[in-house]
Amino acid sequence: MTPSRKTRSRRRTSLGLLLLTAVVLIAGVTARAAEDPNETCFACHSDKTLTTKHAGRTVSLYVEAKRFHGSIHGSLSCTNCHADLEGKDLPHETPLKRVDCGACHGEEAKQHARSLHGRAVARGDALAPRCVNCHGNHDILSAKDPRSPVSPLQVPFTCGKCHREGTPVQTQRKIEQHNIIENYAESMHGEALLKKGLVVAANCASCHTAHNILPHTDPNSSIARANIAKTCTKCHAQIEAVHRKTIKGELWEKEAHVLPACVDCHQPHKVRKVFYTQGMADADCMRCHGNANLKSHDGRSLAVNAAEVASSRHAKVACSQCHSEVNASRVRPCETITTVVDCSKCHEQIGQDYQRSMHGQLFAKKDSNAPVCKECHGTHKVLGKHDPQSATFATNVPTLCARCHREGKKAAMRYTGTQHEIIPHYQESIHGKGLLKSGLTVTATCTSCHTAHRELPKSDPESTVNPKNLPATCGQCHHGIQEQFVNSVHSRTVTSTKAELPVCSDCHSAHQIRRADEDGFKLDIMAKCGRCHAEIAKTYFDTYHGKVSRLGYTKTAKCYDCHGAHDILKVTDPRSHLSRANVVDTCRKCHADATRRFAGYLTHATHHDPKKYPFLFWTFWGMTSLLIGTFIAGGLHTLLWLPRAFQMRAELRAEEAKEAAELKGREEKRDGDR
Amino acid sequence: MATVKEEMETVVAKPNPAVPVPAAAHETVVIASDEWGPEAPPDHREFVRFTRLHRTLHVCMIVSFITLALTGMSLKFSFTGWARFMSRMLGGFQVAGFIHRTAAVIMFATFIAHIVDLCKLKKREYGSWKALLLGPNSMIPMKPDLLEFIATMKWFVGLGPRPQYGRWTYWEKFDYFAVFWGVFIIGSTGLTLWFPVFFTRFIPGSFINVATIIHSDEALLATGFIFTVHFFNTHLRPEKFPMDTTVFTGHMKLAELKRDKPREYEALLASGRMAQHLAEPHPAIVVKTIRLFAWMALSIGFSIIVWIIYAMLFAYR
Repeated sequence: MTPSRKTRSRRRTSLGLLLLTAVVLIAGVTARAAEDPNETCFACHSDKTLTTKHAGRTVSLYVEAKRFHGSIHGSLSCTNCHADLEGKDLPHETPLKRVDCGACHGEEAKQHARSLHGRAVARGDALAPRCVNCHGNHDILSAKDPRSPVSPLQVPFTCGKCHREGTPVQTQRKIEQHNIIENYAESMHGEALLKKGLVVAANCASCHTAHNILPHTDPNSSIARANIAKTCTKCHAQIEAVHRKTIKGELWEKEAHVLPACVDCHQPHKVRKVFYTQGMADADCMRCHGNANLKSHDGRSLAVNAAEVASSRHAKVACSQCHSEVNASRVRPCETITTVVDCSKCHEQIGQDYQRSMHGQLFAKKDSNAPVCKECHGTHKVLGKHDPQSATFATNVPTLCARCHREGKKAAMRYTGTQHEIIPHYQESIHGKGLLKSGLTVTATCTSCHTAHRELPKSDPESTVNPKNLPATCGQCHHGIQEQFVNSVHSRTVTSTKAELPVCSDCHSAHQIRRADEDGFKLDIMAKCGRCHAEIAKTYFDTYHGKVSRLGYTKTAKCYDCHGAHDILKVTDPRSHLSRANVVDTCRKCHADATRRFAGYLTHATHHDPKKYPFLFWTFWGMTSLLIGTFIAGGLHTLLWLPRAFQMRAELRAEEAKEAAELKGREEKRDGDR
Repeated sequence: MATVKEEMETVVAKPNPAVPVPAAAHETVVIASDEWGPEAPPDHREFVRFTRLHRTLHVCMIVSFITLALTGMSLKFSFTGWARFMSRMLGGFQVAGFIHRTAAVIMFATFIAHIVDLCKLKKREYGSWKALLLGPNSMIPMKPDLLEFIATMKWFVGLGPRPQYGRWTYWEKFDYFAVFWGVFIIGSTGLTLWFPVFFTRFIPGSFINVATIIHSDEALLATGFIFTVHFFNTHLRPEKFPMDTTVFTGHMKLAELKRDKPREYEALLASGRMAQHLAEPHPAIVVKTIRLFAWMALSIGFSIIVWIIYAMLFAYR
C-alpha cells in the first residue's frame, strides 16, 4: 500500500510546482477532491454487457464500481494494478498483462512463488492457484473482514474449493490426505471455528501458512516433522505442562527426532481431544505385528501381543508414542524409524537419573552388561511398580536385582567392594524378612536405599548410600531416628571433624541389618562402638556390665543403654542422658531406686590408670601385693617343706616295712610255739 | 575345771547321736580304757579329730567355695572361652549369678553355724571366752606357735628335728583365720555388689568399683591359696599321699596322730583320756565315697587353678 501512495504523491508534485508551499496533507485532500482518474475506466467497465473473448471463452469485463470502491484497494487507481495501461489511449488494447500483486505485496508474492502453489503455477499447472483465486480481484477485502474469503471463518471454504473431496486437485494431484475438509470440520479446530465461531481457532492457514505452503517433506515447511511442534505451539504455548515433563525441557524443539511429533498422536485434520486413547496407528501396526510368526531379517520375533499391551501400564499409549519417527503416510509407517525406543522422551527425569547412574554410565560406555530400561521393566508388558505381577513390585525387586547382583552373576563378578552375598544377607535381614516373609511392601528393598534409576557406588558423593547421604536415605523411613541422629554427636552438623564419623551402616551394617532388640545385635554393639572408641570399650569390659555382657547377658547396660542409641551427646551436654541432670534417671532405667550417689559408679573404670582412678589403682596393687606376698610365703613354705615331707615318707615306708616284718616274725613265732 | 573335764569325758564317751559311733566301738571304748603299753597289740581303732558338725561344715565350705569360685571366675575371666562355656553350662549368666549368691548364702550359713558352735563349745566346755580362746586347743596363734614356726624353719633347712606339733599347727591356724579374713572381706564386698543401691546410700558409687576389685582379687587369692597351699599342707603332703581324708572322715590313725601331732598324742596319753577319743573306723564303702568326693573337690580345685593360670597368662586382654 505504501509504495502506491508514494507514486501518487510524486505525480501530484510534478503536476503542481506552484503548490510547493502547501502541506502534503492538504495537497492530497485537494487532489482527491479534484478528480477521479478511474472515472475514465468506469466509463466503459461499468457496462455490464462489456465482454471480451479470451482463450475461446467469453469473459465479462464488467467491474462493479461500488464493490471496487468498497474493496481494500478502492482508493487506488486502476492503473496502479493494471500498470500496462498507464498513459495509454482509450479504449486500450486487449488483452492486458496479468496483474502483478508482487509489485506491492513483494514478500507474499515471493513466498507464493516458492510454495507448492507457486511452483505449480510456474510449471503451468492449470489447477494452480494464484493470488486472485483466494483473494478475489476487484472486490478484494482485508483478511480481517469477515466477508473476505481469506478471513479465518472463510479459509476452510476457500481452501476447500480445491481441497475438498472430489475436486480435480484432490483427485488428479498427489494429495496424501483425504477428506481433509470433512475431517477438519469434525476436528477440535474445525468445530471451534465453524460451529462456535471462534476465529482464533486454527484454520488451514494457521498450520500451512497463507502463502508459504510447502509439503511436509520439505524441511522448511511449517508442517515438517521438525517444525510441527513450533507450529502447534504458536497457539498451544502452554502445551508443555499438559504434556508432562517431556516437553518441559524443550525436548520437542531440541530433540525432535527422538520425540513423537504432534501429528503422531493428533492426526492432522482429525485432531480430537480424546483422540489418542485409540492410538493413532495401533490398528495399522497390529496388521503386521499381530502376526505371531512375524520375524525380523535377523530372526527376532516382531510379534506383539495386543492383550499384553492392553493389560500393561502403557495400555493407553499408542505404539507410535514409543516407536516414534513413524510416518503415517507410508504403507509401512515404521520404515522411517531409525532409532530404538527411548523411554526418556516421556520419562524424562528418570532418563536423566539413569544416565547419571552406574547402569547408565556403563550403557554410555557401550558395556554389554549395562542394563537398560527393558531389562527391569520389560517391553510391551510393562507394569507399574504397584502391580504385584510386575518385576518392579516391591517384593519382586530383590529377585530382579539378584539377576545380576547375586554372587556369581555378572554384576557381582565385576564388583570389587566389600559387600558380598548381598542377596542372601538381605533376605535374612530385618528388611528382607519384613518384605519377603511378612509381605510388608513398605519395607526397604534394594531400590529404597539405592534408588530405582540413579543407583551410584557408595564412593560417589551423590550416591544415596554415600556416608554423607546415608542418614537421609535411611531417614526416608526412619525419620524419627534421623531427627535424633542429626542432632547427635555423631552427626556432621554437630561435630566438625576430618575424621570419619559413623553413619547408620557402621552399626547396623548395609545388608545384614538385624532387629536392634535381637541378642546378637545387642551383644555386638560394644564391638561396633569399640571400633572407634577402643579405649573406652576396653574399660567397659573391665566393669561388671562389660563382663556379664561378654558372657551373653543382654539385659545389662550396654553402650546405648546409657549414652543413647541415636541421640548420643557429649556427657557435658545438658541434654545428654549422662548429664548431671539426667544421669540418675538413666541409672534408674535398670536400678529402680538408684540415687545420685549410686550414679557415682564408674562405668568405665580401670585400675590401670593411676592418674584418673588413683584409688582403684592403689586398691588393685594393694590387693595384688597381698596376693603375691601370700603366694610367695605359702609357696616358699611348701617348697621348703617338700624335701622333709619326702624324707618322712621314706621313713614311714621303712617303718611300715619293719613293722610288717616284725608282725610276720611274731606270727611265725606264735605258730612255732603252738 | 574338774567338772569341765568330766563333762568333756561324758560328751566324748557317751553315744552322741550327732557322732554315729558304732555300738561295738562304743563297747570297745569302755573296755579299752586301761593303760597302753608299748607291747600292747596294735589297736584298729582310730582317733577322732573332727566332730560330725566340723566335717559337715567343711563339706559345706567345699561345696559353696568351689561353686563360688567357678561362677565367680567365669565372670572375672569372662574374656576366656571357658568362662562363656561355664556360664552357658550353668544355664546362662543369670542362673550363674543366682547360683553364686546361693553359694554365698550357704557359706555365710556355714560361717554362722561355726560361730554358734563355738558359743556352745564355750558354754559347754570352757565356761568363758578366755578359757576357750587362750586354752591349749585354741585356734588363736600364740607364742608357742611362733616358736614352733621358728623350729619348723630350722627343721626345713636341716638345723633341727621336726617340732613336736600339738593339736593345731601354726599353718592350720593360718588357714583357719584366712577363712575368717576371706569371709569378711569377700563377704562384705560381695554384699555391697549384691545390693549396690542399698549400700550407695552410705558409701560413694565409686566404692562399688573398689569393692569389685577387692572382691575379685581377694577371691583370686583365696582360690589360689586354698587350691595350692592348703591342698598341699593338709591333703597332698608326700608322706600322706595320695590323700589325707581326716577332715572328711574325722578319723586319723593313732600312729599318724603320734607321728603328726606328737604333743597332742602325749598329752592325751598323759591325761589318760585317749580312749575317749577313739572310735571304730568307718565302713569301707563310706571311706570310698569320701575319697571319691574328696578327689572330685580336689580335681575341680586344680582345674580352676589351671584355668586361672591360663586366663592370667595367656588370655588376659
